[in-house]
Amino acid sequence: MSLFEHSLRELKDKLHSKEITVTDLVNESYNRIEEVDGQVQAFLTLNKEAALKQAAELDEQRGNDAAALFGLPIGVKDNIVTKGLRTTAASQILDNFEDPLYDATVVNKLNEAKSVTIGKLNMDEFAMGSSNENSSYYATRNPWNTDYVPGGSSGGSAASVAAGEVPFSLGSDTGGSIRQPAAFCGVVGLKPTYGRVSRFGLIAFASSLDQIGPITRSVEDNAYLLETIAGYDNMDSTSANVEVPKYTEALTGDVKGLKIAVPKEYLGEGVTPEVKEAVQAALKKYEELGATWDEVSLPHSKYAVSTYYLLSSSEASANLARFDGVRYGKRTENAETMLDMFKRSRSEGFGDEVKRRIMLGTFALSSGYYDAYYKKAQQVRTLIKNDFEKVLQDYDVIVGPTTPTPAFKVGEKIDDPLTMYANDILTIPVNLAGVPGISVPCGFSSEGLPIGLQIIGRHFDENSVYRAAHAFEQATDFHKQRPSLGGASS
Amino acid sequence: MSRISKEDVKHVAHLARLSIKEEEADLFTKQLDDIITYAEQLNELDTEGVEPTTHVLDLHNVMRKDEPKRWVEKEDVLKNAPDHKDGQFKVPSILE
Repeated sequence: MSLFEHSLRELKDKLHSKEITVTDLVNESYNRIEEVDGQVQAFLTLNKEAALKQAAELDEQRGNDAAALFGLPIGVKDNIVTKGLRTTAASQILDNFEDPLYDATVVNKLNEAKSVTIGKLNMDEFAMGSSNENSSYYATRNPWNTDYVPGGSSGGSAASVAAGEVPFSLGSDTGGSIRQPAAFCGVVGLKPTYGRVSRFGLIAFASSLDQIGPITRSVEDNAYLLETIAGYDNMDSTSANVEVPKYTEALTGDVKGLKIAVPKEYLGEGVTPEVKEAVQAALKKYEELGATWDEVSLPHSKYAVSTYYLLSSSEASANLARFDGVRYGKRTENAETMLDMFKRSRSEGFGDEVKRRIMLGTFALSSGYYDAYYKKAQQVRTLIKNDFEKVLQDYDVIVGPTTPTPAFKVGEKIDDPLTMYANDILTIPVNLAGVPGISVPCGFSSEGLPIGLQIIGRHFDENSVYRAAHAFEQATDFHKQRPSLGGASS
Repeated sequence: MSRISKEDVKHVAHLARLSIKEEEADLFTKQLDDIITYAEQLNELDTEGVEPTTHVLDLHNVMRKDEPKRWVEKEDVLKNAPDHKDGQFKVPSILE
């Protein structure tokens, strides 16, 4: 049995009692990567030499150090900056960014908690995509069936955990980029409330929507990691000065009296019968556990995808202006003038989806179109946010599917941007409203692909989201299933 | 009716400091037109008097004291630069 079948807290106890070593855990990661990453392709950069050195040092302090993540091996999405460790955001324009100058705040927090960074995880370039096919290196595959996508953009973060390469990872979520791959790969992924986790050192895509969050095998592990990475940071002016609760204490297993809202728009057109059935079975399980649910409406849901693409692309067009071939990243050869250098460096460095979104955003922000597109979308965002706030006045959580369908095949949607975008229809509204949302495993399709249940809560009420997710998880065994990757059972 | 012309796409590409080839311009024109046409569904909604949301937190003008502090060293900053000279970033000529 893999050591990673144990929870993070169990592993911590085993280290403390000297039953295992940090080196055992780190080797477990690299052995599994050696065994299956040729198929899964979850990692872009490995930190092996430094990680093994750190493991040996930590082993000296074993038993004497109570740091929260002492000796636990973690994978980090490649849009989170790591000092001295190559960080590319899966883009050619950062292909040579070997030596970042500082750590993101979340990485500082991991370091203080003494986890061991195993490597950097593959993603859609600059987090733009829902399948990992937009990575400029290679597409990560779904560990449950490598003909299928793992989802995106945090596809590497979800697939690495599902494949047993690391017990936990960090992803980022702008329109579903943690929850959708977590659903597709059968793991647990949380997008925290906007402002809950510092974005300092996260390579910005859409700053008003981006959040870093944990991807794990269980809800308990998820809550445990969030306790470490959440909190106010004076390096991020949009981080919230709100106390961080002990999320693990919310995991009582008791949901008696919990009031659940089920938006009718989340079980409508486009949601496959198998996904609907899995969600309905989950609601039945909640009833058995003593919770109640009612159908509600989030009437502006159908406008969320348009709103999201206008706003996120506008913000991206500004954020990605910094990649200009001057201070870091790749520069084109033999440019004659500054303008020529900018244009050629960016055109050679960015992939098609990134260019498309930069151009869409530039268009939406340009003179004569700003009010019609950008401002209009900001106003519709208010309506969407109001929908959530209204429902969450009367209910503790909102429950529905994470995605309308299970994972799709590699190559199936890559040629049509709008079809690809529709895949995020149930996750995008949560980012627009800024509320927290989690995906937990709730079933399998007839093809054996995981299905995810999405649970959404009030601003800064991750506790209710975790409590509901944990109670469901403990009453079911979907989270205990493992893909039969590499022929070996993990 | 198409909302976006090939000329629009070329203009926007220039504003975004991207050089695109003729065949790319054709593809992007169609794709951006599809996306904008889809996004025009927002016009179904009456948003008269609705406040725009820039982000969801109730935060305005977050200020800090303007105190200089040591961040990173100059030679480290230049390590990742494509070209540098005399402690500064070197770029092609700005004026033609």
